[in-house]
Amino acid sequence: MHASDKNRGERHLKLSGLEPLVVTPESNFINVGERTNVAGSLRFLRLIKDEKYEEALEIARHQVEGGAQIIDVNMDDGMIDGKQAMVKFLSLLVAEPDIARVPIMIDSSKWEILEAGLQAVQGKCVVNSISLKEGEEEFIHQAKKIRRYGAAVIVMAFDETGQADNYKRRIEIAQRSYDLLINKVGFPPEDIIFDLNIFPVATGMEEHRRNALDFIEATAWVRKNLPYCSVSGGVSNVSFSFRGNNAVREAMHSVFLYHAIKAGMNIGIVNPAMLEVYDEIPDDLLEYVEDVILNRRDDATERLLDFAQTVESSRKDKKEDLAWRSDPLQERITRALVKGIDKYIVEDIEEARQSVSRPLEVIEVHLMTGMNVVGDLFGSGKMFLPQVVKSARVMKKAVAHLTPFIEAAKEKNTSHVGKILMATVKGDVHDIGKNIVSVVLSCNNYHIVDLGVMVPPEKIIAAAREHQVDIIGLSGLITPSLDEMVFLAKEMERQEFRVPLLIGGATTSKAHTAVKIDPEYSASVVHVNDASRAVTVVGDLLNRESADAYKKEIKLDYESFREKFLERRRQKEFLTIKEARKNRLQIDWSATPIPMPKSPGLHLLKNFDLKNLVDYIDWTPFFRSWDLHGKFPKILEDKVVGDQARELFQDARKMLTEIIDEGKLQAKAVFGIFPANSVGDDIVVALSRREFTFRTLRQQSKKKSGIPNLALADFIAPKGSGKKDYLGCFCVTTGFGTAALAEAYENNMDDYSAIMIKALSDRLAEAFAEYLHKLVRTEFWGYDAKEQFSNEELIGEKYRGIRPAPGYPACPDHLEKLTLWEVLEVEKNIGVTLTENLAMWPAASVSGYYFAHPQARYFGLGKIQTDQLKDYADRKGIDLEEARKWLGPTLNDNM
Amino acid sequence: MATIRNMSAIKDILENKILVLDGAMGTMLQQYRFTEKDFRGNRFKDWPVSLQGNNDLLTLTQPEAIAAIHRKYFEAGADIVETNTFSSTSVGMSDYQMEEFVYEINLEAARIAKNEAAKFTVQEPEKPRFVAGSIGPTNKTASMSPDVNDPGFRAITFEELSLAYKEQVEGLLDGGVDILLIETVFDTLNAKAALFAIEEVKEQRKLDVPIMISGTITDASGRTLSGQTAEAFMVSVSHIPLLSIGFNCALGADQLTPYLEVLSAKSEFAVSAHPNAGLPNAFGNYDQTPEQMAGEIQTYLEKQLVNIVGGCCGTTPAHIKAIAELVKNFKPRSIPHFLVNPLGTL
Repeated sequence: MHASDKNRGERHLKLSGLEPLVVTPESNFINVGERTNVAGSLRFLRLIKDEKYEEALEIARHQVEGGAQIIDVNMDDGMIDGKQAMVKFLSLLVAEPDIARVPIMIDSSKWEILEAGLQAVQGKCVVNSISLKEGEEEFIHQAKKIRRYGAAVIVMAFDETGQADNYKRRIEIAQRSYDLLINKVGFPPEDIIFDLNIFPVATGMEEHRRNALDFIEATAWVRKNLPYCSVSGGVSNVSFSFRGNNAVREAMHSVFLYHAIKAGMNIGIVNPAMLEVYDEIPDDLLEYVEDVILNRRDDATERLLDFAQTVESSRKDKKEDLAWRSDPLQERITRALVKGIDKYIVEDIEEARQSVSRPLEVIEVHLMTGMNVVGDLFGSGKMFLPQVVKSARVMKKAVAHLTPFIEAAKEKNTSHVGKILMATVKGDVHDIGKNIVSVVLSCNNYHIVDLGVMVPPEKIIAAAREHQVDIIGLSGLITPSLDEMVFLAKEMERQEFRVPLLIGGATTSKAHTAVKIDPEYSASVVHVNDASRAVTVVGDLLNRESADAYKKEIKLDYESFREKFLERRRQKEFLTIKEARKNRLQIDWSATPIPMPKSPGLHLLKNFDLKNLVDYIDWTPFFRSWDLHGKFPKILEDKVVGDQARELFQDARKMLTEIIDEGKLQAKAVFGIFPANSVGDDIVVALSRREFTFRTLRQQSKKKSGIPNLALADFIAPKGSGKKDYLGCFCVTTGFGTAALAEAYENNMDDYSAIMIKALSDRLAEAFAEYLHKLVRTEFWGYDAKEQFSNEELIGEKYRGIRPAPGYPACPDHLEKLTLWEVLEVEKNIGVTLTENLAMWPAASVSGYYFAHPQARYFGLGKIQTDQLKDYADRKGIDLEEARKWLGPTLNDNM
Repeated sequence: MATIRNMSAIKDILENKILVLDGAMGTMLQQYRFTEKDFRGNRFKDWPVSLQGNNDLLTLTQPEAIAAIHRKYFEAGADIVETNTFSSTSVGMSDYQMEEFVYEINLEAARIAKNEAAKFTVQEPEKPRFVAGSIGPTNKTASMSPDVNDPGFRAITFEELSLAYKEQVEGLLDGGVDILLIETVFDTLNAKAALFAIEEVKEQRKLDVPIMISGTITDASGRTLSGQTAEAFMVSVSHIPLLSIGFNCALGADQLTPYLEVLSAKSEFAVSAHPNAGLPNAFGNYDQTPEQMAGEIQTYLEKQLVNIVGGCCGTTPAHIKAIAELVKNFKPRSIPHFLVNPLGTL
């Protein structure tokens, strides 16, 4: 039925590390690495004794790179605590993905060491070994346990009377062991490997002459009579008498293996460096060796001994492939990161450091290039987590080397510019991203308090307090971590933290951060998904001058992102307009004196000198309009777009000077501050000639308790309060002249300048609005006469009061512009007109309201319901269809 | 003795039809919106630490809700429901300082599920219902270090884990579960500790109980969190005669297919799958509809990859119903282990 699945369930020895190893008849011969054996390698013994585990691991890595398909680990030595050393070494080894991909052979003569090893490895191991030496009971007990741990087992040809040293004893013990294992333990035969004892030949002792041959013949017997079992052995024993003569030993190993494999030996502990290719053994040597191994002549030993003295010991050094070391520097660094090789990283990093002007560049360029490759490979499933962890460790080592140079390069008086706590949240073990961010931040002079992974919230909070950190960074890769982050944000809010929260990790998103985390925490929450951005964000958050503005901007950004996102979400809950009004913002009007305008009424500014506006230009959106993203002025130094940005900026300044000097554009403004009170959601403005009414719209999405459903009218004292309040209105333009200039440039085939003049006009109009707002605050209304803000702070809206514009999130209804135009007599006063779609012409114009109350703030209206639409149409005296036309995008059609 | 009878009963059924496992417990519990007070119930009203989120405790404090969820899944057509014991080990319960209740929670959870299963079996004897004791991975890993700077460190040992699992298994068996299900295995060494514990209990009690094991492939790398490939995972846990081996969680049905193909081709045991309802969206929620999920599972059935199929995170009785309707039309994968006596070929 399942012809294609013919291998399914077949009885093959199956082992596993991180990858499977299935031993089939086609596998030929499984080569077990033997150098991580304290009994067989002096160097390994010394390293373990000295607890130099990292170097000891290199031996294991070397074996795997050299082709070992299983690694034998043995810690049996009187001078070391074998159990402790086994567990420690294996725990480290399984964290090395390029080693741990192969299965492990846990090798000891002590049961407690074997058991400790079995408890430390997830894959299916081989136990080396058990035997009938201590009797059946012990043998069965151990085999049962091994079965329960899920390992295969090597059974030594050894019983109560000793080691099997001839053919007959070998097969007797094998048969007996096999029967016990199958019948008494239920051990699967394919998980049994016999070690039939490889003993030296050519020792000069008569009884050793058949050692190799007996082994080979017993192997054939086992493979024939004990189905599914494997046969293994330590090959180097066979040539023991020729120690010192590697040429002969290598030939003996090859010849022995050649015949033993033919007989069915399918696993062996072999040092690949001590192995000649059978076909390359010189004919004479081959003949002498085969005579010995196969016991073909009485004088075989003597003949080989004589011949051996003539053979030059040609030691072969099969070294790891180091060809990549001659690759270009970046490729070497990338390779080291991808492969997790830290052996050469320091020398490569040093080379890189000497090639750049600032040591930090090595991190920003060389290492990040490599880590990006790692990231891509990981993302596409070509690397897996443990390997990436290795990469992170190489990264760490590289950075450690660079740190002193970076420190030295710093100006002497700079101390840490901020303290940042980093943690992967409870229940999550992923920390690569977190570590990279930590590294990069610490390279940028921040002090990092890294709490590691799986950190419970209470620990994060306690550590944040203890270390007085400036920022907390949370990371997580799995979805439950998202909830942990929300929980932590809530806890921090409850405990009145003000420390900004950074959110990062693969499953995190701006959407989740904006919708689920940000509302829980009234201080800043920023989603950061890559290390380079983390530096900018942290810099902005901790900048003494501009942090407040930045935080405000982020809050607003997340709020509007959230509103937009939630609008798209269908399951959103809405209040009726009646309910929403009940939940209006309740300002305590008796608490705040309402400032009387110093110069009420209407004002006009004509032929305003553009020179005044230059300092008020917010350049960041200017660059954005050219598709160059980044904050001004940092964007001028940006690695990627910096050159382009600088050039553009230069051209812009040049054109600006022309515009100003030659009076190419005209700036005009009309504005006024009028007595006003709110009536429900309306704002009634009393001019001397007559009253005008602005209709504001109210948020209808269901808020959490304590959060009001806002309308702009809430910021003006209600008529019933008996308080006299004021509303400002304004329209500014710098657009007269723009169209003509642009057209002239276009006719001149100079599209660049045509776009430039439009972009500059827009910027000037915004700058004018900013300037005028300041003028109103400090002079005409004069409630903030003392304010002294830098342009950054103005851009960050640090001042008191807002100037929302019709058509923007708080009041998306363009229709109110018509009222605004009537109130200010805009067209008559400054010539700005409204198109049929209620856009302003010239385009470089800004109009809106001034609200002065300290609690007035920008907000997004979000979706409204049809009940409010109807109410609005009634208030406005227009029919429902017309109202729908203007408010369509704001309407929640699903309800 | 009952469990031995169940073992052969389940195996007999598995040869002839695809069994349906239930869907998510957590997703269903969320709908109740239990508060801290509900979690505590009267019994734990003065417990010193917060208990909200301890879903397994609801077995003791809101048993009706648990029973109702089992009922809904049986009504939807599930053959097997899982007990509400995913985190019910002393390791998992230590977060809530509730280690002392581990045995009781497992016992009660098994009883509640068994009671519901019995009602359905009586009504519909041709479709016997079973209970699988859910054994989760715990929140600690035996073969990985939580500290990147100390890769040799371990937060828990094999022995500690197997002791904890033993206690859970005893509770589940005393409560009468028909099957033990080791699921969401992200570190194979943890699963091996569970298997070790089960084997000890089996030996001590001289009983046999079917064991299902289900790993978790974390992402596109096709590996478990501890780095094993699907086949390496299979090799590492197949030393115990299992009822089934499979995968659950982390991925949706579609993404799980290639790994199930590996098991289906190479395992001698039955193959199970209980995937999530697609991949989570930005909020960790699952959007896949029952129809969409069943559509993806249809591929398993057309390829005859599975013997047991159900749902994990984000799945509901509606998903299970869609799956149960679907599997009726398909033949199960043939199970080599059941065809050949393990030693019969000798």
